[in-house]
Amino acid sequence: MGIQVQEIPINPEIVQDENLLYCKPDTLTPKPFHYCPGCGHSTVHKILMEVVAEMGIQEEIIGVAPVGCSVFAYDYMDVDMQEAAHGRACAVATGIKRMMPDKFVFTYQGDGDLAAIGTAETIHAANRGENILVVFINNAVYGMTSGQMAPTTLPGMVSTTSPFGRDVHTMGYPIKVSELLATLPAVAYVTRQSVHTPGNVRKTKKALQKALEYQKQGLGFCLVEIVSNCPSNWKMTPLESNKFIDDKMIPYYPLGDVKVPEVK
Amino acid sequence: MAKSLGDVVIDIEKCKGCELCIDACPQETLALAPRINQKGYHYAIKVQDNCTGCNNCALICPDAVITVYRKIVK
Repeated sequence: MGIQVQEIPINPEIVQDENLLYCKPDTLTPKPFHYCPGCGHSTVHKILMEVVAEMGIQEEIIGVAPVGCSVFAYDYMDVDMQEAAHGRACAVATGIKRMMPDKFVFTYQGDGDLAAIGTAETIHAANRGENILVVFINNAVYGMTSGQMAPTTLPGMVSTTSPFGRDVHTMGYPIKVSELLATLPAVAYVTRQSVHTPGNVRKTKKALQKALEYQKQGLGFCLVEIVSNCPSNWKMTPLESNKFIDDKMIPYYPLGDVKVPEVK
Repeated sequence: MAKSLGDVVIDIEKCKGCELCIDACPQETLALAPRINQKGYHYAIKVQDNCTGCNNCALICPDAVITVYRKIVK
């Protein structure tokens, strides 16, 4: 046995409704997430739904779920959701937004969905300047299918289909989706954030809120890329994977706004 | 000077023991329990009575199992 850990009971003087600072938002269903321990997906689900709750748009927002680890996003987000074919979330969101321009529309996609099979749909939706929000989770591997190399896998990074590390001469360089899309004139807002520290979670939440406000003003396509972890497929503990984000991911994928709309 | 007193309530059956909250806590208030929950994970518990209600643990918690209370005492 290690050190004896003594649990401290809650303090009834502090635990009262008027002192409530933070709780799980009502816009999430009570169902527990199926994600692995420490996965960034669930953190992003949580903050996205917090933003929806704070803006009071639960009845006016429609989400499009991808294929990948987050395929069951509609089980957790208590808003109207539509499942799209693999990679086609931006195309489905285009249709929804054009039919219902007064609703908020977002897609939630991983790197396999957005940057591999759905590259064409994403780039053309961005090029048309569709007034939608794309939440892009970049964790550098194909998570659901057990860690194959993704277009965003770092040079030299080991995955199940690059067991000797990604060789950039035969497999190419990782795609920086944010920088790629920021060059298109119809794209309004592109930012890259992460969720590996509490400070970054706060910044990501602000970015999501900003993007939905830009959508309300009709400014155009907004992309929020979120650098996330995949402890199971990186073969690390959640804490090690967050350190890996700091040491390896962020130098290649620098955080911050890539493109911001001009202030009117 | 106003003092901030906090407390956390953890939904132990939904906790997956990822330890992110323990790392994020500046006060070292949290630790993993020696016991396991229904899912088989060692869950997070409060082991020190020095929470300030900074909200870091709840923000980083992927499974949204932590509820934070804060009381400002003048």
